[in-house]
Parts: sequence; C-alpha cells; structure tokens
Amino acid sequence: MKNSNLYSGEFACLEKANVDTDQIIPKQFLKSISKTGLGPYLFDAWRFLDEGFLGKKPSDRKINPDFILNKPTYSEINVLISDDNFGCGSSREHAVWALKDYGINVVIASSFGDIFFNNCFKNGVLAIKISQDQINEIFSQQRQNSQKQIEIDLINQKIKIPNIKLIDFEIDEFRKNCLLEGLDDIGFSLKYETEISNYENKLKQLRPWILNE
Amino acid sequence: MSQKTLYDKIWEEHFVVDREDGSTLMYIDRHLVHEVTSPQAFDGLRQNNLIPRQINTIIATPDHNVPTTERAKDIEGIKDPISKLQVVTLNDNCDEFGINQFKLNDERQGIVHVIGPEQGITLPGMTIVCGDSHTSTHGAFGSLAMGIGTSEVEHVLATQCLVSQKQKNMLIEIVGKLQKGVTAKDITMFIIGRIGTAGGTGHVIEYSGEAIENLSMEGRMTLCNMAIEAGARAGMVAPDEKTFDYVSDKPFAPKGKELEHAINYWKTLKTDPNASFDKIHSFSAEEILPQVTWGTSPEMVTHVDDSVPDVKEDNKTLMSALDYMGLKPGTKIKDIELDQIFIGSCTNSRIEDLRAASKILDGNKISKNIKRAIVVPGSGLVKKQAEAEGLDEIFKTAGFEWRDAGCSMCLGMNPDQLKEFERCASTSNRNFEGRQGFKGRTHLVSPTMAAAASLEGKFIDVREL
Repeated sequence: MKNSNLYSGEFACLEKANVDTDQIIPKQFLKSISKTGLGPYLFDAWRFLDEGFLGKKPSDRKINPDFILNKPTYSEINVLISDDNFGCGSSREHAVWALKDYGINVVIASSFGDIFFNNCFKNGVLAIKISQDQINEIFSQQRQNSQKQIEIDLINQKIKIPNIKLIDFEIDEFRKNCLLEGLDDIGFSLKYETEISNYENKLKQLRPWILNE
Repeated sequence: MSQKTLYDKIWEEHFVVDREDGSTLMYIDRHLVHEVTSPQAFDGLRQNNLIPRQINTIIATPDHNVPTTERAKDIEGIKDPISKLQVVTLNDNCDEFGINQFKLNDERQGIVHVIGPEQGITLPGMTIVCGDSHTSTHGAFGSLAMGIGTSEVEHVLATQCLVSQKQKNMLIEIVGKLQKGVTAKDITMFIIGRIGTAGGTGHVIEYSGEAIENLSMEGRMTLCNMAIEAGARAGMVAPDEKTFDYVSDKPFAPKGKELEHAINYWKTLKTDPNASFDKIHSFSAEEILPQVTWGTSPEMVTHVDDSVPDVKEDNKTLMSALDYMGLKPGTKIKDIELDQIFIGSCTNSRIEDLRAASKILDGNKISKNIKRAIVVPGSGLVKKQAEAEGLDEIFKTAGFEWRDAGCSMCLGMNPDQLKEFERCASTSNRNFEGRQGFKGRTHLVSPTMAAAASLEGKFIDVREL
C-alpha cells in the first residue's frame, strides 16, 4: 500500500489527554478475527449512547450528538488531532484498524503510546508528533474559526493549516520510507536470512537453552 | 570498556543486523500467543506462504475471552459464539502450525503473563514478546519483555526478529524499606502517580533500590506489569539469587550442567556501577502509602487517607474523568462506597496475591453492600495450589466467588463485567472508561486493599486492620 506524499483533507480536534486504545476501540470488538469492518465502532462508547457489539447496525444505534465526530461539520474528516499520550494502554492493533476503516489516515498529537505509534506505521497510518503549544494553537484556531482544512507534506515534513504558521515535524527516516514505499516489512526483513541464521548458529553455542532443540 | 545498563547488555546480546532503512532486527527468544491478537497474524502467514521460524520458542494459551465458570465443559462452556470462534481459531492455528498450546482444559492454562514465569518459559536475559501490552511483567526476571501489535506478532512468527529502535534508559530507585502493609502494587501505582502515564514513554525502565530487592518474584512481576501504564514498553529488575531459585525447578528451565551455565551467564546481567541513564527518578520507600485510583487513568491516583483532588472546572480531562466516575472534587477516598470486588488479572492473581488477600478475609464476611466479589486465579496451577492450602474455603466463606483462570474482569471480554455505574475495587491495571464493563467504574488497588474494602464495603486503610 504505497502512499502519496501529500495528505490533504479535513481535521477534527479531540481535546483530551491520554486517549487510550480502549476508547479508540472497546474490548468487545476485539473478538473480531478480521482486520476490516471496525470503522463503525471507532470510539464506540463516545460516539454512541447505547452499548455496542459486533454486528450491531449503525441504524439501530443512539448517536451521541455532543461527540466531535458526530457533528455534521466533521463528517468528512481524515485527520485527527489530539493531546498528550494518544493511543496509550493496550497493544490492540484493532485501534489503528478502526481508525483506518473509518477513514482517518493521519493522527497528530503531542505524544503517543509507543505500541500504538508503531502499529500506525505498520498499517500505512501517519502518526505525527508536534509540540503541545502547536497542538493548543490548532485547537484554538478550530474553536474560533471552525478551521478544518489541512495539508501534510510528508517528504518535506510540513503541516499546512490556513491562518497558522507552517508547522515542521520530525519523523524517523525509516518510518517515512515505510509509508512512502508501502514496505512489505516481513519481506524486507527476510532479505537478512543469512544474518538471522548466523545469529542462530551462534546462539546455539552461547545460550543453548533458548532454542530448546 | 564502556559501562552498560542491563538493558544495553540485553540489547547488544540480541542484535542481529541493522536494516538498510536504519532500524535494527532484534532476535526474539520467547513469543507468547493468545487468542485475541493472533488470528490476523496467522492469516498473514498463510497468505504469504510463511511458517513460524522457531516453533520451540512459542507458547500459546487462551486467556482473554474465556469464561471463569463451567470449565469442565471446555470450549462448550463459552456461550458467546464470537468469543468461542476466537478460541477455536487459536486451536486451529496452533494445530496447523504445530505450536505448543495450553488449551482451555489443560491445568496449565491461564493468563499468559502468569504461565510464562510459572513454567520457566520466562528466563533471565531473554527477549520476550506477546501481542499484549502487559508483557512488561516478564521484566521481573531481568528479561527484556515487550508488548507488540499484531503486525509485529506476524513479523516475529515469520522472522524470529522484531524491528526495533534502541530506547532510552530510565532508572527508578526506591530507596529504603517499605512500610508494613504496603505492597509492590502500591509502589508501581505510586510511581505512575509521580511520573505520569507518559513519564516512561520511549524508555526502558530499570527498577532498583532496597525496596525492590526485597520484593518477592511475584512482587517484582506486579511492579514490572504496570511499567506500560507509566508509558514504558518494558520495565525490568536485575536478576539475583531469588530469581535463580525461582526459575531453577520450573518445567521449561534448563537442567543440570546447562542450568549452571545459564546461571553463570545470568549473573552478568546487571547494570555496571558507572553506567549512565538518560533519566533517573529516586523515591523514598517510606513515602509510599496504600494507593487507590480515583479517575480514568492510572496516573489519577492517591493514597487511601487522601481525597479526590480539587479539580478546576476548566481542566477538561480531569473534569470528564470525575464525571465518568461519579465523584465530586474533595470526596474522601474512605467515603467511596463499592459494589463489586475483583481479585485477579496479570497484575495480581498469583499465589502470593491470593495468600495475602485471604489472610485479611480469614474468618470475616464481606459487607452487605457488596453485590459481588470474585477471585480469579491467574492459572489452573495457581488455583490448584490455593485449593491445596485451603485458600478457596477462606474466600468462599467470606462471600467471594471462586473462579477458573483467565483475564476475566480486568477487561471484561468474557461475561465477568460491571453493570452500568457499578463501582469496583479491582486488583487489575487499568481504570479506563468502560474497561470492566459499559459505564462501569474502576478503582485500582492492591489485593490486600481490595480484600479490606470487601469487608468494609468502602475503602479502608489495610494497615488499620
């Protein structure tokens, strides 16, 4: 899944710190044995007033009108901006599968849970860290002007939002390439078969109890 | 020679190669697998015609979805057809690829982070991964143990390596001795309260100091279990004689000459005296009192004699947490009334936890306002040991339900859940919204604090009993 360099679209702000993966996709949806079809349950306990379960029809749900993603203005978003420690907690990759299935392919926050951050890049979702001051400025712009247009240039590492100074962001070279090239991660690692085998031969001598042969 | 931390040493020992994209392949010694985060990984292997590279390094068990009653019925005891399918899928995948599994009807089945150490699958100096964030638990043995996502599960199955980047080193020292009645759970919750849930992000934490050395292996597991709640992917304690004694007689541990060889190696696994850390936190053990969470993040925590903080109305995160918890600023922790008690989870379901809780309960009855109190042992073998010691009778006489092993109400993927607005004193690790049930309210505590709260119907300082 090769990505283009430019991401453009609309964003919504989820003004909350420590949004954990239990909120992004509650536990009852982890029973799925598939990676797809989780979008309808993204932020389930916040988007809906009733308790959801796998297979419950969206038309049977009680919508929470106060939740940001349910406001008509934000019905087309593909970028989510939140506070500190977004995606903390459980390792469930279902959180990223749900965001992606919903149509969100960029998440911006001042920091992320480490496992969630890794999971994003494994699924072609761009996770960007910027400073809390920059986050706060975006929040306040959206509150004042209902600003929601955004453009992200991955190669040049820039975020463009009207009325806000161009934001530079840092990203590891390998994660950037991973997104741009749509890397087959396992295939890439398997190119190092010789190195892995050499390591294993050494391991059998040094710590024979590991491979239990 | 440069001075290295314990983490530096394990990292170097498991270095395979730098990939040309700048990441590192780190060799993985043990891979624990459960039913929830593995089905998509096995599908991926099939789609790409791959097989697990080192079958002997993998162990699987169902734990998240499994009911804690009617275990005699085996898989037929799982009433929810979607849960059942997930457990059956694990069976099918393990059969197809030849993976060793402790199935639901095996007495060795249990929470994956309880059975690893119990069987000697977890050993010092290893790199251990599992598609579960609480894999940090195994760091108690001086191993580098990390939770990973499902894509990474598939990658480790296929290559026996994890694509990694070196993390920073953090040292957390607990100086001096703990007060009586204060446990490993209180230490780990106290630390999170101080450094925050993002305090350890990007770091591997090494815990040290007299209070840590004095902890039992079970205590060290509880401590490292919640390193992830401090944002660190891994927490670790250097192995010592206590560690070697614990693992020596375990079924999967090396034996005889090989064990001697292993112990000689394990003795080198400690931070060099002048090694440097990127960050150091030091706390006095005496400062640590029995802890209770009041909000919806583990960092929203205080000690039992304190009150819910005076949250300002403009603090959206804290206000929404209090609103969810149905608490007012300034409420005394000891005035919070409870509906349910849960003793279990990968944090606190080991034999030592059950012994400690049962000691508080012995000869007493739970309070009338407690609607349900359950004990869920961490494994079939923990359950068997507790029954041999008569602990089950103490729990049952007090009014607790004595259940079969699994993750249970820590995350409520099985039928063990809170009802709307019910409030629970729980020995688990996350007080997130909805974690134990839709609109359920969770207060995290130690096993002895949970037992004490069950008798009183509200929180009480276990040191006063």
